[in-house]
Amino acid sequence: MQQLADTARRFAALAPAADYWSIRLVAEESEHLEVRQGVAEPSALSLGRGAMVTLVRNGGVGYAATSDLSDAGLAAAARRAGDWAEAHARLGLFDARLYPRSGACLDYQGPVVEPWGGMGVADKLDLLQGACGALAIDDRIVDWSAWLGHWRVNQLLVTSDGGCIAQAWEYTEPGLMAVANEGSQTQRRHGGGADWSQQGGLERITACALREDARRVADEALALLAAPECPTGHMDLVLLPSQMVLQIHESIGHPLELDRILGDERNYAGTSFVTPEMFGTYRYGSELLDVTFDPGVPGELASAAADDAGTPATRAYLIRRGVLERPLGGALSQARAGLPGVANARASGWDRPPIDRMANINLEPGTESLAGLIARVERGVLMDTNRSWSIDDSRNKFQFGCELGRLIQNGELGGLVRNPGYRGISASFWRSLDGVGDAATREVRGVRNCGKGEPNQSVYVGHAAPPCLFRQVSVFGGGQ
Amino acid sequence: MSAEGFFRLADRLWEGLAPKEVLFCGLDGEASDFVRLNQGRIRQAGAVHSQSLDLTLIQGGRQVTGGCDLSGDPAADLALAKDLLGRLRERLPQVPEDPYLNHSETPSAGEHLPESSLPPPAEALAELVAAAEGLDLVGIWASGELYSGLASSLGHRHWHAGASFNLDWSCYLGGDKAVKAVYAGTHWDPAVLGARLDEVRQALNVMARPARSIPPGRYRAYLAPQALKELTDMLGWGGFDLKSHRTHQTPLLRLVRGERALSPALGLHEDHARGLLPRFTAEGFLTPDRVDLIVGGAYRDCLVDARSGKEYGVAVNAAGGSPESLAMDPGEIPRGEALARLGEGLAVGNLWYCNWSDPNDCRITGMTRFATFWVEGGEAVAPLSVMRFDDSLYHILGDRLEGLTRERELMLSADTYGGRSSDSCLLPGALVDGLTLTL
Repeated sequence: MQQLADTARRFAALAPAADYWSIRLVAEESEHLEVRQGVAEPSALSLGRGAMVTLVRNGGVGYAATSDLSDAGLAAAARRAGDWAEAHARLGLFDARLYPRSGACLDYQGPVVEPWGGMGVADKLDLLQGACGALAIDDRIVDWSAWLGHWRVNQLLVTSDGGCIAQAWEYTEPGLMAVANEGSQTQRRHGGGADWSQQGGLERITACALREDARRVADEALALLAAPECPTGHMDLVLLPSQMVLQIHESIGHPLELDRILGDERNYAGTSFVTPEMFGTYRYGSELLDVTFDPGVPGELASAAADDAGTPATRAYLIRRGVLERPLGGALSQARAGLPGVANARASGWDRPPIDRMANINLEPGTESLAGLIARVERGVLMDTNRSWSIDDSRNKFQFGCELGRLIQNGELGGLVRNPGYRGISASFWRSLDGVGDAATREVRGVRNCGKGEPNQSVYVGHAAPPCLFRQVSVFGGGQ
Repeated sequence: MSAEGFFRLADRLWEGLAPKEVLFCGLDGEASDFVRLNQGRIRQAGAVHSQSLDLTLIQGGRQVTGGCDLSGDPAADLALAKDLLGRLRERLPQVPEDPYLNHSETPSAGEHLPESSLPPPAEALAELVAAAEGLDLVGIWASGELYSGLASSLGHRHWHAGASFNLDWSCYLGGDKAVKAVYAGTHWDPAVLGARLDEVRQALNVMARPARSIPPGRYRAYLAPQALKELTDMLGWGGFDLKSHRTHQTPLLRLVRGERALSPALGLHEDHARGLLPRFTAEGFLTPDRVDLIVGGAYRDCLVDARSGKEYGVAVNAAGGSPESLAMDPGEIPRGEALARLGEGLAVGNLWYCNWSDPNDCRITGMTRFATFWVEGGEAVAPLSVMRFDDSLYHILGDRLEGLTRERELMLSADTYGGRSSDSCLLPGALVDGLTLTL
């Protein structure tokens, strides 16, 4: 972080005349280790660093990103940002005086108990060899692997208004995959933390039971080969947190993004069925639906002190008792739309400008145990671990598939079913929510590949959720 | 960074290598301008200058890889590269020998520098904003130089560089009623932009009619090349790479096993010779002009990257397992007659957000988007409300494929995740006797 501060000071000394400027410096380091079928894949290390300069001048705003952090490189970036600010002043969609200014001074340091460097490369590979070997329990397991990923991000945002926000995130991500095949049927199962990312250090390996989960993962992949297809029809649906993550993400998170509502994303990620006049009155879901923007959950993927435009991040309800309260819009979108919002102007790295993104979007716990939810189902399916997702550009008509399903009959959990899927319409689906798991059932998870924006950006977003019960959903299985 | 600058940097790195060490260096860079548009005005404008170095250090059957961002300053970049190399050297003894280590032992060299003619981006944007007067235009302009280099201590020296633009936009009437268009290439011509905008205005006239809603069911359909691309993109997700085939994960498993069939009219090829992408892989292998993937509806070859090639004992023919320059054979239907041949049904301009519904049966779900019309008597009569489809490619490109258009469209990727893409595909339109809509 000290090097970033030195670079910011050099930029401040050479920054051109402007109504407002900011420089966001990012230094990243990542590593990936993987053992596949007992063979270590090439160890991969990545070091990144660069700067995003934003300049507001004469009613226009422009940006320039550069990996050249020399004085000459920073000055050149400032010139390019200035050129685009001039073009924006002539042809811009809005007056750049709306652009948010930040004078905030904040720090964030993600939680790390056991530092990544506390274990050598050889020891990590030994651990992965053991986990990978534990997946190979049957000749029908045709591919199998265990991995460990690590990503550390240091970011410093400095502004001409005296703002200085230093944030550091660290992620350690273990995972397992087993692929089973028999004839023309192939089934994949993931575990060991593969879809359970949080901020943290090596303690995430223990938390995700990397080694211990291998047997279950392989057993379930094999069992799915022989399982019947998921039944087709309208029936009750219990979604575990591993699928709730995607359901929240696609049919609550994205539709509430204010830049979609403002039309910025219509050419790529899409628009939204939500319109400005809905906030404050629209019934999004049943009375059981409480959804928050919460940057303060320890370890959740997008916990932070501020967003990448320098707005301090605080918890807010998006949906309360089923009624829509506020959109996911950063300070600039709020000013353009005249609506409240949250601190969610985020960028995927130093080379992309901030846009409205999800951060941590959580479904708040209810009062029931998982067993209690299942007990209220006469005929239905429980689904676990997302494997497929698709939704229309207004974020309304969706279809999801899961890795594993289980029948529920007369309140009892039954056998496995394979290729389970369901489809519905966001605007009506959440109104069929009839049960929400309690705090003990809530899991803090997230999505690591949320794509959006032009130019494209992929970011981590957090989702915490308990299991939930939905009534009379259109469910189906595989086959032609 | 120039080719000379990159090769100088690489040469300096060879100087520090131990006698049995082998080093491969790759460089990727861009100097891009990105301008987002909304309501025919600039929403967000800026520039990105980036360059990254990838190193693979090999010794005694072991290999480690690493990458770092470079600044463009020779002295600073040499220090960054040496620091990365030092860290890789420390890691090398900690990894086991790699039985699938595979790199070219034969030095080769090449340079590909296609010509281009681009306007200053701000000028092009001003032309666009003026030409689109009265339209609710939303999208992105991306332009500038892209370059890639490869050098190795064994003597490989390759450079691929060029400048291009990609204007990817749509025009909205309201709600989700819109027409999408693309103008991309290496030589900017305002007259072409004007013609594309005229086409969009004409399509918007039909789009302005009251939208028609149809119930779920199976309908005859004409899939424009842009819609067909979404389906071939899905096939690229594990459909052709050797590892997916050998581990039974390919969605074409039943085709390979002879349990399902694709239309005999279907031919798919990886057209490396198109020349938009480097012809070298990171391991120094050169790609063949063409790889036949599906011929006459039957599976022919896989895409084989260096690692899978060594694992399964097959010659390398691609940088990765997904197509980057896909081509589909043309058919016999004149494009101008496609709607007449359709008669009644859907004219699908674009599909969107496809994903596997059941990969075991090559079953895909996704949405219609943008210009999708209801056709009667061979004429587009009304825009259709967006619909979800869920169907198998063994039907769409198999027993229900009536034909493909004679004309094909070259589509340059507008993807910019991790940098501007140079992927492309060359596809016809497809006439299908039944696309299953579910929602």
